[in-house]
Amino acid sequence: MEFLTDPVTVRLILRGFRLILGLTLASAAISLVFGTVLAAMRVSPVPVLRAFGATWVNIFRNTPLTLVIFFAYFGLFVNLGVALSDNLNNNNFWLGVTGLSVYTSAFVCEAIRSGINTVPVGQAEAARTIGLTFLQTLRLIVLPQAARAAIAPLASVFIALTKNSTIAGTIGVAEAASVMKDLINQYGNAVVPIFLGFAGAFVLVLVPVGYFLGWLANRLAVKR
Amino acid sequence: MSTAERGGAPDVAASANGVELDRPAPGAGRPGFWPAGPRRRAKATASVLYDHPGPRARRRNAILTVVFGLILLVLLWYVYQRFADRGQWAAEKWRPFTTERVWVKFILPGLWGTLTAAATAMVFALVFGIIFAVGRLSHRWWIRVPAGAVVEFFRAVPLLMMILFLFFGLPYVLGRPVEQFWAVVVGLTLYNGSVLAEAFRAGIRAVPTGQSEAAFAVGMRRGQVMRFILMPQATRSMLPVIVSQLVVLLKDTALGYIISYPELLEYGVNQLAPNFGNVVAAAIVIAAIYIVINTLLTQLAGWLERWTARRGARGAPDTHAGAVLNTGAAQG
Repeated sequence: MEFLTDPVTVRLILRGFRLILGLTLASAAISLVFGTVLAAMRVSPVPVLRAFGATWVNIFRNTPLTLVIFFAYFGLFVNLGVALSDNLNNNNFWLGVTGLSVYTSAFVCEAIRSGINTVPVGQAEAARTIGLTFLQTLRLIVLPQAARAAIAPLASVFIALTKNSTIAGTIGVAEAASVMKDLINQYGNAVVPIFLGFAGAFVLVLVPVGYFLGWLANRLAVKR
Repeated sequence: MSTAERGGAPDVAASANGVELDRPAPGAGRPGFWPAGPRRRAKATASVLYDHPGPRARRRNAILTVVFGLILLVLLWYVYQRFADRGQWAAEKWRPFTTERVWVKFILPGLWGTLTAAATAMVFALVFGIIFAVGRLSHRWWIRVPAGAVVEFFRAVPLLMMILFLFFGLPYVLGRPVEQFWAVVVGLTLYNGSVLAEAFRAGIRAVPTGQSEAAFAVGMRRGQVMRFILMPQATRSMLPVIVSQLVVLLKDTALGYIISYPELLEYGVNQLAPNFGNVVAAAIVIAAIYIVINTLLTQLAGWLERWTARRGARGAPDTHAGAVLNTGAAQG
């Protein structure tokens, strides 16, 4: 375990996991908001909005994330000239966040829509009967109930996002998986402890979080 | 698979990629209006959320349509223009895709790489899934606990990390290089197999207890109950989830690009594009190929779901033990 005595390496490892955390949190926030908007579009009375939501979901759910992130880099940055930061590292980080958000919001949209489907029809019918508009029905009646049913699928989506954020390494974000690869090449005699260390960090965080969110989803589920 | 019926942790991964969400919202195709009567579903659908539009609502919807449509068009036009400024729509960047050579030398071999890796991993993942699902349900703790640990571990480790370790790290241990193909296939198998193990387990636990009680009562042993009673029913009820997971698996073969496994993405952006200087065009064409294949598989999953639902309704519990494996092989 000599690699752990080198302060430079330790700093790299910590930065790798900090970047994973940053990518995950930023993408989770953006995709939660945008995914909800997409879900609202998909159930809205306006055909264009419905079509837009459906197209978005179909395109990005069926494209490999590696390709989406690749396209965020080559399409957005290299060709459209969308620079998200002057600093090259920050720029790659935010391009990674863009790719992850674009991809994850499609899954968030579907998770929320599956939540909407669990709300009994009577709720929306009653809301319309007392004269609420579409947006009011959605915001005041349906979404609050749908959110509770959507916790379990959303939890899966965000846990997957955490793991997917390693793919940002392909556009030069020095996240944990790239650090692991460099360490493997540097310390060929300790590859198994290196892998178990990096993988273990994910397991130690994600498995308890998964069980906690499962417990939470059960607790908050509407008993019908 | 819904976590609610399992009562356990949310699936770290199975539905992670939207597996269980593939069914279209009922009524989505009938905006704003639905025929009364038996076709109406019991759950809130898109169409219950708003009234059949009157004159004012129609006008408002028309305005929204125009406004949003315009914004979208402006955005698309901007992207189009920026790509045009960069010459991305130039004929010579796209013409290669009309030539036989590009398809024969790059795209079809890439597709072959993707499909063979996916098909191999699918078969292994299904076997892995069945073995570990049964292992986790074993009444012997020394089988149940390790099986559970393996499944939980591989579900929580990023697939990319696993593939990187298999390709770059494992050779130091084995003392000989690992082929890219096997690094990808083993990585995909361990990850998707663990996810499928949870799917099978949820399916087995969802079979009514009366089924296994009846089987024990007629004198079957544990292994027989599992093989003849529980597995066939679980497989059938989880078929849509299983196929959807296979879509995820197919998509994840694109990670092979990172270790230069010659699959579609690698061929497209690293081998085809440098030849013609058309990275963007190549990426778009490849994305389109992925979308077509995955959409077909997703439709298959939807069709299977309706099919199993129909058969379930008729109450004809004939066995489909082989169905999973057949489907898995047919995907490739």
